[in-house]
Amino acid sequence: MAAGAKEMNKTNRKYRYGMVIDLDACTGCGACVVACAVENNVAPAPAKVNDRTSITLMRVFQVKDPAPMPARKTVFVPMMCMQCDDPPCEHVCPQQAVELDPRTGIVDQMVQRCFGCRYCMAACPYHARYFNWFDPEWPAGMEQTLNPAVAPRMRGVVEKCDLCHGRFHEAQDRAALEGSDNITYQPACAESCPAQAIRIGDLQNPEDPIQDQIRKPETFQFLVKLGTKPKMFYQSRRGWVKRLAERASPNGNSNRRDA
Amino acid sequence: MAASAMKPPMAAEIAKIERQWIARGLERCSPLVFAGWMAPWLIMLGAGVYASYLCLRYGLGVTALDNRFGFGLWIFLDLAVIALGAGAFFSGFLLYILKWKEIKAVISSAVVLGFLCYSGAMAVLAIDVGQPLRSWFTFWHPNVHSMLTEVTFCITFYLIVLTVEYLPILLKNRRIKQVPSFLVFEWELHKLIPVMAGIGCLLSFFHQGSLGGLFGVMRGRPFAFREGFAIWPTTFFLFVLSAAAVGPSFIILTTKLVEKITSKRLVKEQIYQTLARTTGVLLTAYIALKSVDTLIWLNSTSFNAGFAPWEYYEWKPFGGWILFAEIVVFGMVPALMLLSKRIRTRRGAVVLGALLACAGVVLNRFVMTIQTLALPTLSFDEFMTYTPNWVEFAVFGMVIAYAVIVYSLSYRYLNLFPQEKELSAGNVEVNDVPVR
Repeated sequence: MAAGAKEMNKTNRKYRYGMVIDLDACTGCGACVVACAVENNVAPAPAKVNDRTSITLMRVFQVKDPAPMPARKTVFVPMMCMQCDDPPCEHVCPQQAVELDPRTGIVDQMVQRCFGCRYCMAACPYHARYFNWFDPEWPAGMEQTLNPAVAPRMRGVVEKCDLCHGRFHEAQDRAALEGSDNITYQPACAESCPAQAIRIGDLQNPEDPIQDQIRKPETFQFLVKLGTKPKMFYQSRRGWVKRLAERASPNGNSNRRDA
Repeated sequence: MAASAMKPPMAAEIAKIERQWIARGLERCSPLVFAGWMAPWLIMLGAGVYASYLCLRYGLGVTALDNRFGFGLWIFLDLAVIALGAGAFFSGFLLYILKWKEIKAVISSAVVLGFLCYSGAMAVLAIDVGQPLRSWFTFWHPNVHSMLTEVTFCITFYLIVLTVEYLPILLKNRRIKQVPSFLVFEWELHKLIPVMAGIGCLLSFFHQGSLGGLFGVMRGRPFAFREGFAIWPTTFFLFVLSAAAVGPSFIILTTKLVEKITSKRLVKEQIYQTLARTTGVLLTAYIALKSVDTLIWLNSTSFNAGFAPWEYYEWKPFGGWILFAEIVVFGMVPALMLLSKRIRTRRGAVVLGALLACAGVVLNRFVMTIQTLALPTLSFDEFMTYTPNWVEFAVFGMVIAYAVIVYSLSYRYLNLFPQEKELSAGNVEVNDVPVR
């Protein structure tokens, strides 16, 4: 037992998980959204919930270019927490309920400590944080679908994508038991994507295949100039899609879609 | 028949007993008129208590707040009342630190107003957070990098300071001070007040500033983000200055309102002039600094974040008019009105100037809270609007009602305005009843 614990402590390697999402491959099917909700025990939305009060840790935006029909083109943009290296949400939380894990680069939300002030939601430029406006309730029988590796969240706290931390912990335990220091896993969104548009990798491992992806000229990130240092990368060979990366346009886009 | 025959003597008896609680030499309306005044506020309080129950029992889903507008009516009005309640700390600063003796005429009223603004704001915050029972976590696991931590600490301690400052006013009640131990306690507390005023100034400086810093540090919201000195964004200093500027104005407005309602003179005109001039000077400094800050933000800060600042004002209804209104109409105009003795001494100018100054700061808090959240950051996101629902209005109405009720009781039974007796001399002695 003691030897096992000692063995487990050996997995001290640091990671910096990030993702690359290929927008040219994404079809907007929404499988990632469903897989995310199921994996993370997001309760079925009560009837009174709307798109602004729902919990959608993974969200797909449908964006159209400004060209008139029939030349108009569409892109689907999956958005979740950008796992920033300099997270604005972490700095503002008054009771340290948000923490950038230095071992994984994942921005953790300690829901048990959150008191629901929602300052982190105001601070996040990606609107990636969600408040539990209602009590989570599962209809009779549906509680059997709950994932035992993930704790459901209570009313009145903020939550966000934590890169499927439950899966990470399972992978960590597995690696420790195998005596390996290589923790590899797939978040639910990446695993469920039929187009393989979402890929996860270790951004600080020079041998990780993600390195080639993030160096491609078609790779970009959202709102880089804000200095949040996001770890989510997007790819598109279409110029108008790449131009979405920066500031908001007053022409607006009213095509947001809840996938 | 018998009941109606009993009524007049009973009412007279009640009035007689109640008169013993009212300071000698002060004229107050009859208990019946006072009850009539309180009734609508009590109904408003009741509606707010019911709305608060709904929030606590069923969660904040009963409000119109949402994931985009996590901050809404409550936070905006909290910021506004805390700025307006700054009269308490600033008049304390003028009286006890700068030794402006004439401020004594309004200090008690200012302390009560400050206490009501802060306690009311904290009551709303307790309903506004999702898990109020975890509020103490901020003291147990404080994040020293968060402006909200500083706000929580300073507001909590300042409310304690205000309570200690309120107590001597309460203990000076004609009946309460008959109890010797209360009189001794009041005397001892009174000696503490200058110290409390000093601590209050320090705490207020930091929390008023941190409320501004709350928005100024949000790098992810380029509309609100400001650079600054060391860890403090410029909004920190602008919030302190603006709160100090409108604090005296709010004292003017509330005192004038009480004078209007009671048809009595409560303080000498000279006091209004002093308070108005103070607002004028501070508001001028605030508007000058805010203008410089806005220019730096327009020309540098916003561009560095990748946003063209004029685009913020292309989202309707938040056009450039809002910036013009904030700086010119509700800033420069009242500043000049209250600064110039020639204008200030004209009839109604003090009230109009104070009203414009207070409206300007309330507008500033609205811009920082609501406009900041309404503007999209992602290129494909939408501009969103938000309309509070009845629950939010009712909860806030509850705080207004609470403030009016406690202030009315304080005015009736405590001597909030020491000059009142002098200014209404000769009117009341005949009605006075000695304490038995």
